[in-house]
Amino acid sequence: MFHLKKNSGMRKNNVIPGFGLSMGITITMLSLIVLLPLFSVLLTLSGTTFNDFWRVVTDEQTVATYKVSLSCAAIATTVNVVFGILLAWILTRYQFPFRRILDGLIELPFALPTAVAGISLTTLYSGKGWIGGWFDKIGIKISYTTVGIVIAMIFIGIPFVVRSIQPVLEKLDPQYEEAALALGASRSRIFFKVVFPEILPAALTGFGLAFARCIGEYGSVVFIAGNIPYKTQITPLIIMNKLEQFNYAAATSIALVMVIFAFILLFGINLLQARINKIARG
Amino acid sequence: MKEKIVKVILILLGGAFLIIMLVLPLATVLVYALRQGFETFSKAITDEYAVKALHLTLLATGITVIVNTIFGVFAAWTIAKFRFRGKQALTTLIDIPFSISPIIAGLVFILVFGRIGWAYPLLEAWDIKIVFAVPGIVLATIFVTFPFVSRELIPLMQAQGSDEEEAAALMGAGGFRIFFKVTLPHIKWGLLYGVILCTARSLGEFGAVSVVSGHLRGKTNTLPLHVEILFNEFKLTAAFSVSSILVLIAVIILILRNIVEYRVKREER
Amino acid sequence: MYVELQNINKRFGSFQAADNVSFSIEKGKLIGLLGPSGSGKTTILRMIAGLETPDGGDIIIDGQRVNSLPASSRGIGFVFQNYALFRYMTVFDNIAFGLEVQKKDKAYIKQRVNELIKLIGLEGLEKRRPHQLSGGQKQRVAFARALAPNPHLLLLDEPFAAIDAKIRKELRTWLRETINKVGITSIFVTHDQEEAVEVADEIIITNSGRIEQIGTPIDIYKNPATPFAAKFIGESIVIENYGQLHGFETSEGYLKAIIRPEFVRVTKKEQEIYPHASERGTVEAIFFRGNMLELRLTVGGLKFISYRSLEDDVITVGEEVSILIYRLYLYNDYQVRLVENMAFKANDAFTI
Repeated sequence: MFHLKKNSGMRKNNVIPGFGLSMGITITMLSLIVLLPLFSVLLTLSGTTFNDFWRVVTDEQTVATYKVSLSCAAIATTVNVVFGILLAWILTRYQFPFRRILDGLIELPFALPTAVAGISLTTLYSGKGWIGGWFDKIGIKISYTTVGIVIAMIFIGIPFVVRSIQPVLEKLDPQYEEAALALGASRSRIFFKVVFPEILPAALTGFGLAFARCIGEYGSVVFIAGNIPYKTQITPLIIMNKLEQFNYAAATSIALVMVIFAFILLFGINLLQARINKIARG
Repeated sequence: MKEKIVKVILILLGGAFLIIMLVLPLATVLVYALRQGFETFSKAITDEYAVKALHLTLLATGITVIVNTIFGVFAAWTIAKFRFRGKQALTTLIDIPFSISPIIAGLVFILVFGRIGWAYPLLEAWDIKIVFAVPGIVLATIFVTFPFVSRELIPLMQAQGSDEEEAAALMGAGGFRIFFKVTLPHIKWGLLYGVILCTARSLGEFGAVSVVSGHLRGKTNTLPLHVEILFNEFKLTAAFSVSSILVLIAVIILILRNIVEYRVKREER
Repeated sequence: MYVELQNINKRFGSFQAADNVSFSIEKGKLIGLLGPSGSGKTTILRMIAGLETPDGGDIIIDGQRVNSLPASSRGIGFVFQNYALFRYMTVFDNIAFGLEVQKKDKAYIKQRVNELIKLIGLEGLEKRRPHQLSGGQKQRVAFARALAPNPHLLLLDEPFAAIDAKIRKELRTWLRETINKVGITSIFVTHDQEEAVEVADEIIITNSGRIEQIGTPIDIYKNPATPFAAKFIGESIVIENYGQLHGFETSEGYLKAIIRPEFVRVTKKEQEIYPHASERGTVEAIFFRGNMLELRLTVGGLKFISYRSLEDDVITVGEEVSILIYRLYLYNDYQVRLVENMAFKANDAFTI
């Protein structure tokens, strides 16, 4: 029937009572808690000239933090996509002992307070820690270096990627793969030609979400980063430093750059996804 | 045969990744917490400041969960059950806190209520403190977890359609009767799921709270902030002991989450 | 007239769901709104119910203009296509819901619900949840729920669409009888002409947001007002070059003709009675249709269908047979005309 699918939005007629009340509450709360405070960023910056703004956000030390944040997030998220696909695959396609526990564990970075994760990772990867100790012997330092930042970012990013891909793999009909198998395709060929294109949009979403989270993340990264200017200082940290110096204008300027970047990132991912979906549907 | 080897290798690889990245950090917390014996552990967690921090954390979490649940239910009801212009825009606006760094979430409240904030003269006149005080912590926590409940409910309610609500409305039922009798039974597990996620994130929120708290020990310290202070003072055992409370809560939440997720999946069938 | 629609218009973006729709319905009638997908029939039903608002025009129920009356005050019972039963309530609670909203006292609710459960023949299933019922049972509950508050008008959206073909027939008869028993004015929407013909007192045929014809099923079948109605009610096949058939000649302005299987009579060559009015054709295929045979025939370049009783003489595929065509509907974009086989008529008169 025409009204079921094509015009699914149409079916919602305002026969159901309570629209005014619920819309009112929604808009009011959203404005008070999110929009108005966010608007203050622009309000605060209205007293700043563009030149001042530009000087702050392109300051050498600030730019160095962008580089650290972006490169570490890129590496961590790439690692997460690879392992995320692997984990989603084994969790949906194989039966093995402790599968359910592993599955439940994926969410740990969501549930564990970031500060706890931060001090725990720092200790674990420090020169005296269980893992850091081993690397220390061969002369590699992890905590208080960019490697440490990457590790912390991998930690917080895992669930985003796995949980984006998993439902797609669950829904993907095994007959699809069996059909390819029946045609004589090899396992790896099936994965890259049949399965991978199916999970690509989901993997991209996961990438985008994890990447955005990594760039904004503070708690789990701040301890392991060491906060050495030009080397291991990430962007949220420099905002924090400016705040501690009561340099609100500078902190707000850099914050605006981050907000704009986050929006562009999510918008870009949405666009890319729309395009991939279009290709898939022909 | 070859297939089996591949399977085993993949499982081992995935398992090793999870153990190194997730299990070891968790184990680290527990081992370090107990490495100087149970007495030191219990002393650390019954410390006056730790208990006060726990109280504040629970208070902030409680308020946050209530506020965000109310918001989430109304927002989801508005978006899923009615058609109106700008629905997509509204959905996007609600999701904003997801894409914003917690540091910025804290910063915006300083910009509103702090010494340079536009609401500061007003607050001063009334002698209300928000930033560097408990209300600021609560506000920042609400901001960071704002979309959690609505995010869970909107797809659930949309998949549900609105036939049942229409049928009830046609028979003359009012909004609250429809919600409690018809809609709520459908979404109760999803709602609980959202509430659990919101609780978990509120308990552990660090960045945003760190910005607005002002670190007054015993007064405006939440548990995660207390952990930070202990760690920075090189009181490792105490830091991990306090952390272990949070780990315990996190594990309970994880278990609850899995139970609820299982129920949600069953409901969808 | 009990229900009246006057010049109703409704657009969804670029989609015209109702284009100047007007009709009226007598009290106590069972009306079928029949049309293909996207013809606007469900939108019309939902506008009568108050679930959609028309862009223009008037809806009048029992002499009162109801356009601005909220859906819940129109005194209408509505049966949704997928029933929209409250999944978390029992059968009893589902039926009782409308009465509870009206704050009826408990004893009355109990008595009324039990009465309805008896009417729909589901005694003993009061405590079941919708997911424990079969499709047919769910439909009956939806029906009872709509009837519970004693509405003046019952609207049913595709009431049989979600039901197995097997029980659909049985349910149709049941619904017809029950509606007659209750004596409520009812309108149901369907895309299935067989269903409409069997259940409705009167049929309203809709197409692209317009009304094509209103009338009793027999009336529409015999005298289709538009080419669309002719094609939509009954089995039909379209042919061109109908002038080559014996007894018919090409008529100015009518390029095509509709032929129904009932209009075609097939006899074995040697039993041919009216040679002047008949054609010679070949049997291309034979299908067994459960209680009769369907023959696929070709005459010259024309192809059509006929039914044949299983009791008749056996005809085989490839056999040359005599084919008598009684009548055709000639049509163009605007009109339909019924023409009889002139040779047959003349011949008939002659033999008498």
